[in-house]
Amino acid sequence: MAEHYTLHVNGEAREVTDAWVGESLLHVLRERLELRGTKGACEQGECGSCSVLVDDRLVCSCLTLAATSVGRRIVTVEGVQSDAAAQSAHDENSSGALTDVQRAFVEAGAVQCGFCTPGLVMAVHALVDGRAPGDAPTEDEIRERLSGNICRCTGYGRIMEAVRVVVRQRLGEVAR
Amino acid sequence: MTVVEHGTRPDVGAPPRRGTLGDSTLRPDGVAKVDGSYLFSGDHSIDGFVWGATLRSPHPHARIVRLDTAPALAIPGVVAVVSADDVPGAPTYGLISHDQPVFARDVVRFVGEPVAAVAADHPETCRRALDAIIVEYEVLPALLDPEAAITGAFAPIHPDGNVIRHQRIVRGDQSIVGPVVVEGTYELGMQDQAFLGLEAALAEPLSGTGTSAGVRLHVATQWLHEDRAQIAACLGLPEEAVHLVLGGVGGAFGAREDISLQVHCALLALRTGRPVRMAYSRRESFLGHVHRHPCTIWMRHHADHDGTIRRIEARFVFDGGAYASTSSAVLINGVTHAQGPYRCDNATVDGWAVRTNHLPCGAMRGFGVVQACFAHESQMDRLAAACGLDPLEVRRRNAMRTGDRLITGQVVESVAPVERIIRELSEMPMPDGERTGALALPGGTGLTADESHVRRGVGWAVSIKNLMYSETFDDYSTARVRLRSGVATVKFATAEVGQGFVTLAGQIARTVLGVDDVVLDTIDTLVGSAGSTSASRQTWMSGGAVDGACRLVRERLFDHVARIHGVDALRLTIDGLDVVEVDPSTGHPLPAGQGVRVPVASVDVEFDETFEHHHRPTEHLDADGQGNCHTAFAFAAHRAVVDVDPDLGLVKVVEIATVQDVGRALNPLSVVGQIEGGIAQGLGLAVMEEIVQIDGVVRNASFTDYLLPTFMDMPPVRIGLVEEPEPQAPMGAKGVGEPPTVSSTPAIVAAIRDALGERGAGIVRVPVRPQDICGL
Repeated sequence: MAEHYTLHVNGEAREVTDAWVGESLLHVLRERLELRGTKGACEQGECGSCSVLVDDRLVCSCLTLAATSVGRRIVTVEGVQSDAAAQSAHDENSSGALTDVQRAFVEAGAVQCGFCTPGLVMAVHALVDGRAPGDAPTEDEIRERLSGNICRCTGYGRIMEAVRVVVRQRLGEVAR
Repeated sequence: MTVVEHGTRPDVGAPPRRGTLGDSTLRPDGVAKVDGSYLFSGDHSIDGFVWGATLRSPHPHARIVRLDTAPALAIPGVVAVVSADDVPGAPTYGLISHDQPVFARDVVRFVGEPVAAVAADHPETCRRALDAIIVEYEVLPALLDPEAAITGAFAPIHPDGNVIRHQRIVRGDQSIVGPVVVEGTYELGMQDQAFLGLEAALAEPLSGTGTSAGVRLHVATQWLHEDRAQIAACLGLPEEAVHLVLGGVGGAFGAREDISLQVHCALLALRTGRPVRMAYSRRESFLGHVHRHPCTIWMRHHADHDGTIRRIEARFVFDGGAYASTSSAVLINGVTHAQGPYRCDNATVDGWAVRTNHLPCGAMRGFGVVQACFAHESQMDRLAAACGLDPLEVRRRNAMRTGDRLITGQVVESVAPVERIIRELSEMPMPDGERTGALALPGGTGLTADESHVRRGVGWAVSIKNLMYSETFDDYSTARVRLRSGVATVKFATAEVGQGFVTLAGQIARTVLGVDDVVLDTIDTLVGSAGSTSASRQTWMSGGAVDGACRLVRERLFDHVARIHGVDALRLTIDGLDVVEVDPSTGHPLPAGQGVRVPVASVDVEFDETFEHHHRPTEHLDADGQGNCHTAFAFAAHRAVVDVDPDLGLVKVVEIATVQDVGRALNPLSVVGQIEGGIAQGLGLAVMEEIVQIDGVVRNASFTDYLLPTFMDMPPVRIGLVEEPEPQAPMGAKGVGEPPTVSSTPAIVAAIRDALGERGAGIVRVPVRPQDICGL
């Protein structure tokens, strides 16, 4: 239990001290940095509840050793922000600090127990952020890209609806 | 019928005021759940805590010859090890009979049974401590065949015996035979609830150590007061010394109705005098909670040539696993729903719930009725074929109506729009035949399907499901409501598990009290019991309690306004956010400027009322299975469209359509969420979900090996709601959580059979596996 390193999380340098080298990024985020928005539900990378962005790529933090994430940009649900473009559209008619994805989840009824929600919010951001207007994903592409995130409550119907709302607002109509 | 598309409600008349009953009000916890700040039971932490972990049996049946915990205690960082000898109170617990040990003492009866627990400074230290505990087992023969439990061929594996409960139902003329006879034997595998939020808790000792101490437990559960009673008994504490606070619940679906880590975590906290956090792994979760019962059902229908059912015979065997949990109630639900939503005057039904050395089984969404429905709906399709009828026509001809009797002799007093839901489902458009891309084929991007071989099938199923608890159980619910200056504060112990009761409670208060501002108090044991969040009962029971408490408060408010303004309190009502006087000739509020009109927010007096809602009493079944044992019923119909690749035995569900009897949709968006989510679990049971045990050992206790429906598996759902308000229900609303799970499974299986043609009759087991299709 003697590892010391620095992680770059949500735009801040965070010191990790007296850690065991075998700790996952999920464990360090939750238990050492007290960022408990990221959830663990399978420890095998099957359910996506622990999804975070590492250098803009969606990863399962349960499968990533924290000590190997030194020097990378880590973004968790606590630090997620919309694209600048989406943010300005958002600012015109919105409230609070939620991203358009988070807001769509609340308003479309995509949240029940909410345990999968932070991971799905990250997965949807990974799907839509950085795409140019007009480059809307198809229905199949949305389903495939989100299929690493399991939800046991909703049957995915209202989550798909939330994603359609975001895509429509940012990128254009979702094709079949 | 209201057809709901994308969760919005078509405008029929004036829309309800935002946030009131009938409106698709958004969740009050929605923002916290999307921004990550919502605290689930595993997110609670407190300075100075230690981690707890559980040692479990590797054997399905074995004698504990020696248990030595000293090597674990010797590891630096380990602060406590507890086992059976350390349990200060009752050594066993359980929901109906207290037959399950907190820790196994002499014998272990299933793989995963807790033997000891440790507390240490780090999860890794806990793992090493568990490894260091020495347990010597003498392995015993395992009872794995439920029939051997019934026949007595196997010596009792528990002092309570191997039969948990046996119940017969004998009604009407037992001699009726034919003229049309169809029969089959159907099997269901063991399904896991697979909630995402793993079992986790934080226990805080309240005043040092010893038997006089108390404990506060932040835990995810379905029933705070029942947990408290069992925990207190095992800890040897008075119930008041155990304070349960609902930690955020990451789904439940029945698996949190029984105790899992509660006693262990609280005991470690009392023993160490320190806060203790426990968090199960996924593997441990599979071993550590009860599951849906595997079941074998033989069923025979006697009918006239026109399809009219004359008599049913059935035999149910539920494998309850090692401990009783709710097996006896699951059995009763199964046998009493054997007829399905169809008239039937004559019946001979025999049912068993037995003990084996498999994982313990108990509650899961649908609770015994899922099993019955798979059998009776498979039978209805056989009956249709035997009579040369359309599958929907044979169901329509036999459809139950309000006033009909069940095979228990109970009159169905609930609204029973069975014929209507069948008709409206039959009128729903079919999905188009077009497949878009490889993802739409069975096998998906694996590109395993030869499209020219893929066959489409359509199947139907209809269900009846009881609501609330049965057999004399008084599962009341309590709510306390305070009102002052236009702010209503609502307190209840109703477990919010994701279903959205917190949304509904606010809607009720806004509607009844004429307020916009509703504060939801902490969900804990500092108010009376709410009963369990199960049996589709909280909208009715806790909704009734909140509604009742709000009405008491409103009476006090009206009395107050009446006294001050010198009017008759009986002539006051709520109009929007005001208390107003009614025109006695029309019954409508007097127009503005006439009579009394007082904003609720202007009344600076506190009213504080508590209300218990009880449903009407129910009865035990007699030896012939006769009696008014259930409270009320809800109905649903499902249509499934599937594509089957007969070469590899893979199934793609293309679409589900459903019409559901909901009484009244108090929050249409929430109702849609329950229906879609329930169908996903029914789909899982139909085509992929099964806990596989070989020789009593679980072989797939992970999300890699236990498959759950993903975005790729779950098709679009077409939903119709039938709203015929239920006179018995406090707000006319029936529970909606279970019916979607009950009849979606048999509809999908019927569609698979339809796709396979004559060979399809060989599909008699769920989940339908590739070998079940290819092996025909």
